[in-house]
Amino acid sequence: MSPVVGTRMVRKEDPVLLTGEGRFIDDLAIPGARWLAMVRSPYAHARITGIDASEALDLPGVTHVFTGADLRDAWTGPMPCAWPVTETMGNPEHFPVALDKACYVGDIVAVVVADSRYEAADAVGAVVVDYDPLEAVVDLEDSLADRVVIHDALGTNKSYDWALIPDQDAVDAAFASAAHTVKERYVQQRLIPAAMETRGVAVVPQPHGGEYTVFTATQIPHILKVMLAATAGVPEHKLRVVAPAVGGGFGSKLDVYAEELITLAVARELRVPARWTEGRAENGHATIHGRGQIQDMELAADADGKVTAVRVHLLADMGAYLQLITPGIPLLGAFLYHGLYDVPAYSFTCTGVFTNKTPTDAYRGAGRPEATYAIERAMDALARQMGIGPDEIRRRNFIPTDAFPYNSVGGLVFDSGDYAPNLAKALELARWDERKADQAARRAAGDTVEVGLGISTYVEMCGLAPSRVLASLNYGAGGWESAQVRVLPTGTVQVVTGATPHGQGHETSWSMLVADKLGVGTDDVEVLHSDTAISPLGMDTYGSRSLAVGGTAIVMAADQVVDKARAIAAHQLEVSEDDLTFADGVFTVAGSPDKELSIQALAFQAFTAHNLPDGMEPNLHGSVSWDPPNFVFPFGSHIAVVEIDTETGMVALVDYIAVDDCGNQVNPLIVEGQVHGGIAQGVAQALWEEAVYDEDGNLRNPSFLDYLVPTAAELPSFTLDHTTTPSPTNPMGAKGIGEAGTIASTPAVMNAIADALSGYGITDIAMPATPERVWQAIRASKGASA
Amino acid sequence: MEISVTVNGSVHTSDVEPRRLLVHHLRDDIGLTGTNVGCDTSSCGACTVLVDGESVKSCTMLAVQADGLEVTTIEGLADGATMHPVQAAFQEHHGLQCGFCTPGMVLAAVSLLEEHPNPSEQDVREGIEGNLCRCTGYHNIVKAVLAAAGGAS
Repeated sequence: MSPVVGTRMVRKEDPVLLTGEGRFIDDLAIPGARWLAMVRSPYAHARITGIDASEALDLPGVTHVFTGADLRDAWTGPMPCAWPVTETMGNPEHFPVALDKACYVGDIVAVVVADSRYEAADAVGAVVVDYDPLEAVVDLEDSLADRVVIHDALGTNKSYDWALIPDQDAVDAAFASAAHTVKERYVQQRLIPAAMETRGVAVVPQPHGGEYTVFTATQIPHILKVMLAATAGVPEHKLRVVAPAVGGGFGSKLDVYAEELITLAVARELRVPARWTEGRAENGHATIHGRGQIQDMELAADADGKVTAVRVHLLADMGAYLQLITPGIPLLGAFLYHGLYDVPAYSFTCTGVFTNKTPTDAYRGAGRPEATYAIERAMDALARQMGIGPDEIRRRNFIPTDAFPYNSVGGLVFDSGDYAPNLAKALELARWDERKADQAARRAAGDTVEVGLGISTYVEMCGLAPSRVLASLNYGAGGWESAQVRVLPTGTVQVVTGATPHGQGHETSWSMLVADKLGVGTDDVEVLHSDTAISPLGMDTYGSRSLAVGGTAIVMAADQVVDKARAIAAHQLEVSEDDLTFADGVFTVAGSPDKELSIQALAFQAFTAHNLPDGMEPNLHGSVSWDPPNFVFPFGSHIAVVEIDTETGMVALVDYIAVDDCGNQVNPLIVEGQVHGGIAQGVAQALWEEAVYDEDGNLRNPSFLDYLVPTAAELPSFTLDHTTTPSPTNPMGAKGIGEAGTIASTPAVMNAIADALSGYGITDIAMPATPERVWQAIRASKGASA
Repeated sequence: MEISVTVNGSVHTSDVEPRRLLVHHLRDDIGLTGTNVGCDTSSCGACTVLVDGESVKSCTMLAVQADGLEVTTIEGLADGATMHPVQAAFQEHHGLQCGFCTPGMVLAAVSLLEEHPNPSEQDVREGIEGNLCRCTGYHNIVKAVLAAAGGAS
């Protein structure tokens, strides 16, 4: 039996999803469920002076309308923030239904309960809320000035200051003696994660038994269970949280949301099932946004272009409140603003501020795309200043291969890396030199379509996370993962994981890992997940952690199974364990071909327990909770090729080359899929997507009519390749790949745009680089030169 | 209003509100939840079904407009245990991840291939641009549709 790990096995998940058998949250039949609809503030900042629900209550099917005051006693505390990044961090009390003030457009001010989906929606407009509108705080720097304070109890809009400055003197000295310095300001616009499935919740109570089953479209059923117990007043052992099929998350379902607490409270109060499904425009307002930072980025370099210091300050938009890990998102990038370059001096500071906008939180990459963007744009700026190529500036600064494991200036240990060959491969695939020559020829010929090439090389930290490192960052939980592997009495296998997939293909990949370990077919392995009654322990799925952390727990649990089976086999065959060989699912004894026992036969022996070694427990299973000793550090080189029509400003992405290194790959088909999707999301930040707010704090583009998630027609096919530098951090040698595409692609595209417009003296365009912005920049540059 | 719609070969007669969307009729009244709702502006295509063989976003159509017509949803595409060639190609080429856009995407592709049995990559990209996917970057979806076309011709 040849190993399946490393093969392009098609996914086990697919037939169910391809035929409509998949059950997403809104697909669940919940007999007798009342439908909820949220009454949301149309003002970004307003006092609530009165709520009159009488008209709504007269509508057909409407049974209740709850205000914040009505539900105040339903929760034992405010909404949780699990990451108080400093002791003094400002964290305003935030209840699921606003009590006296709405702080962003979409803040919930009342809850309608009705017999049907349509009746609940009908009644929302009939709830009369009196508001006393206040001036909205929208701009980050304006917020910092505290001209208008959003949360009275805090007295300021600043949430926190956080710093990572290992040696201030070293930074000052490097800048003082620098031959070249770069000082740039980059703006990470707000993004709407836009998973194709909006959120939804259904709560089924068992009023007399006191138990509650919470079905919710979440990435984190396990964390949610703990948080619901802590805030909803339901004891944890009476809560079961189930994530059904989940239609994408990208971090936006890594949260504890008001609607989850509200639906639970209503089901508890009314003693009937209750459910809510989010609309798309509602999602634009009510589900967290990503990014939202102003980055002041500085490099110091010597005469050869060797970077001697990085100094960066972030102004980070928290939005109106702190959600689950809002304040920690910038910190996930804090260690990576020197990228994959060997930089001796480093200063990172971040200020978090509140605005009257939807709260921000984790969005694919969470902190690392922002860091990578800043360093990769700044490296191009340095290369421009020095008159050398973007490839050359990178080669001069890469952490050398013989430096691994590498102690970074920020205090991390980069586990493994081999950067220069990876870049060389990408340059070759991109036909870099040929294309640069073509670019020059087209320019010389006066072509009105400019070609641009952009490089982004990245390293990221993922596989979140060593629990002790999380403790040092004040994060409120650990970063381990749990697994159980059971060989059932009749010989098939169940794997239980605390990882919670929502498109990543875990059922396939975990089956592959276990099939190889136990010598069984992948069809004989079933992966159970996403239900706290089935998988009671877990830390869920985010931060490209599921394989590196959860997969390791599975491999170790499978090893326990093999070890136990070996002990039973030795006992029953009356040989020493050392005389047994295990291959293809069968234990054999050297020199005694008649003596063998299969893992399936041993599982049955373990089940009957008629003849086990003294003191051995029955049943053949393994169980592991594994806390990783380190992050994993995938890396890669991406090259974007754009064409810009200088007469219209339209940017077209015409080619995209990605050479990633995520160590050993379990399933290259799935790895490539992750990279493709990540690239598309990162390209979209560069070219199309932005949550646009007006000066009054109104989100102008919450729906898919005007928030430009790319279609197939805007994107090319991508050219992918890889290098393989195994991680020493886990037994598979694997690194995460879920976020790499998003981390790498945004600066690659923006560097390509700057390259295309270099003839106009344009070095930057605000993201997204819309035709209008590009056209205006070209026009302004012509004016300047005229 | 009483309407009669043939869905995946079975006739369903029901009394529906005039404002009821076809997608809610399929999902909530008939119980075929494979057709998903991804937006509220007819932008995403997750709810795509075939109405008399043509792809239609079932959130843009009222249930009463489907009276007397034949609707094919994702549940009706496979031939028993054998998936339709487009479904099989999506699995073979990893054309889906979370699977939420997939039913609509597959039906849009089926409809596209009916009209263009031998499409170019650009034809496919333009042909499915009414259907959004957030997971795949479309790379493998396009590959799957082209492969299904090749297999069919």
